[in-house]
Amino acid sequence: MNELFLILAVVLLLNTTVGLVRILSGPHPADRMLAAEMFSTSAVVIMLLLAFATDRPPLVDVALVFALLSALAVVTFVSRAWSALKPTTDTDDHDGGNR
Amino acid sequence: MTVVGVIGAALVVAGVPFFLFGTLGLLRLPDTYSRLHALAKGDNVGLGLVCLGLGLQSGSVLVTLKLLMIWVLMLIASATGAGLIARTALARGVKPHGL
Amino acid sequence: MDWLAHTFDGLLGLALLWLAWQAMHAPGLFRSVVSYMVFGLVMALIWVRLEAPDIALAEAAIGAGATGALLLSALARLKDGSDAGRLHWRHPAELVFWLPFAAVTALVLGLTAWQLPAPGLGVDVARTLGQSGVDNPVTAVLLNFRSFDTLLEIGVLLVGVVAIWSLGPAPSPIVPKMPSPALPALGRALFPVFVLAATYLLWRGSHAPGGAFQAGAVMGAGGILMVLAGARPWLTGEEQGPWRWLLSLGLVAMLAVAVAMAALAGTFFAYPPALAAPLILALEISAALSIALLMFAVYLCGRPPDHWEAED
Repeated sequence: MNELFLILAVVLLLNTTVGLVRILSGPHPADRMLAAEMFSTSAVVIMLLLAFATDRPPLVDVALVFALLSALAVVTFVSRAWSALKPTTDTDDHDGGNR
Repeated sequence: MTVVGVIGAALVVAGVPFFLFGTLGLLRLPDTYSRLHALAKGDNVGLGLVCLGLGLQSGSVLVTLKLLMIWVLMLIASATGAGLIARTALARGVKPHGL
Repeated sequence: MDWLAHTFDGLLGLALLWLAWQAMHAPGLFRSVVSYMVFGLVMALIWVRLEAPDIALAEAAIGAGATGALLLSALARLKDGSDAGRLHWRHPAELVFWLPFAAVTALVLGLTAWQLPAPGLGVDVARTLGQSGVDNPVTAVLLNFRSFDTLLEIGVLLVGVVAIWSLGPAPSPIVPKMPSPALPALGRALFPVFVLAATYLLWRGSHAPGGAFQAGAVMGAGGILMVLAGARPWLTGEEQGPWRWLLSLGLVAMLAVAVAMAALAGTFFAYPPALAAPLILALEISAALSIALLMFAVYLCGRPPDHWEAED
């Protein structure tokens, strides 16, 4: 059983790391943010799987803190976007304004 | 191994593909909005199945309640975050694919 | 089992290095900030693998939550959003110096780590845990055996807030108005959960991973989320006001206990074993309260006004 959960944790970590390519490729800041969001969900799951695979109940608390704070990053990102809102910018790759 | 344990493990295993497809969608889908859609599956169903399965495995009421809370928190964060990101992307002038 | 754990650790390490490189050298500050936020999550996972759930909790709250919010908000305030002042490899010749320098530093650090005494102080901590007043060795070290370090850490936080407040008034409005009905609802739904989680972590600190820093960090991040969701902060900056006292409560309480113990027993921070448990509890509560407010005060990016204007 523990091996199963560890295998799943490795699979998920690999999966998420591959997904992080979206941070590189963008093109819009929202896409990069999505990659971070995906990582934070996966981090919750990996933490839970680790908690059960290695039999450490305190890790469930760490996962709880992850879950609680996952909204914070998105909301900050969105507030940053609204504070510097400039329409008709498709990408942050080529113009200097949105970096 | 009890029947409940096997069902729990099966649920956890069933939850993982949602994350794999989430990453696939994040990398392959054409625009921000459809990527959002792909990720929400992992947040909602994937995490839900994993939490349900682990809750069956844990055999402790407190841990099960924490798992439930993690899932509900991620549901709230994911739903709000998806709406906010989509709204921001739209206001920033990100065109939906094909429009 | 073993090779699985090694694969997992190897992947984590590689992801950490890659994200660190991205955070330093990605073109565009936003990409760096996002990389750094994910870096915090990976770091928390690594702390878990290193059997340090206490630090993982703190890293989850600070690294993945509050730091990301701070950096993104700071990014929003950069007027031109330029990359000025950013580190670039100006000349390949610089690598001739920096690469050997990094290698030597890594070698020296590795050798030093190798020569650390093998069992460390864990045995001593475990032996004297009975007199410390708590069951969690980390809390025992933080608030009893090495309280002096914790005193200085809280002092550093307070000095940081003083420095930020002295830079100027807080920008107004703190966050832009966002046209989303979901956002205030999110704040209302999550605030009780933040209070619950912070209280729970504080309570757990005496016997399991958790404690003042983790609880304070979670609550501080919760406060930041509330402000972002459109709540008006209560924290005001008036002189002699209650908030200044609350901000320094942790430091004042620790200093008071230290001096009182010095007067009673003759040693700075030496609690009598009978009083240790209630003293540590009082210090934890005051420190957690202060840390939460300090983290929140940092986020205001300047001295808050004496009275917040009611928003229309």
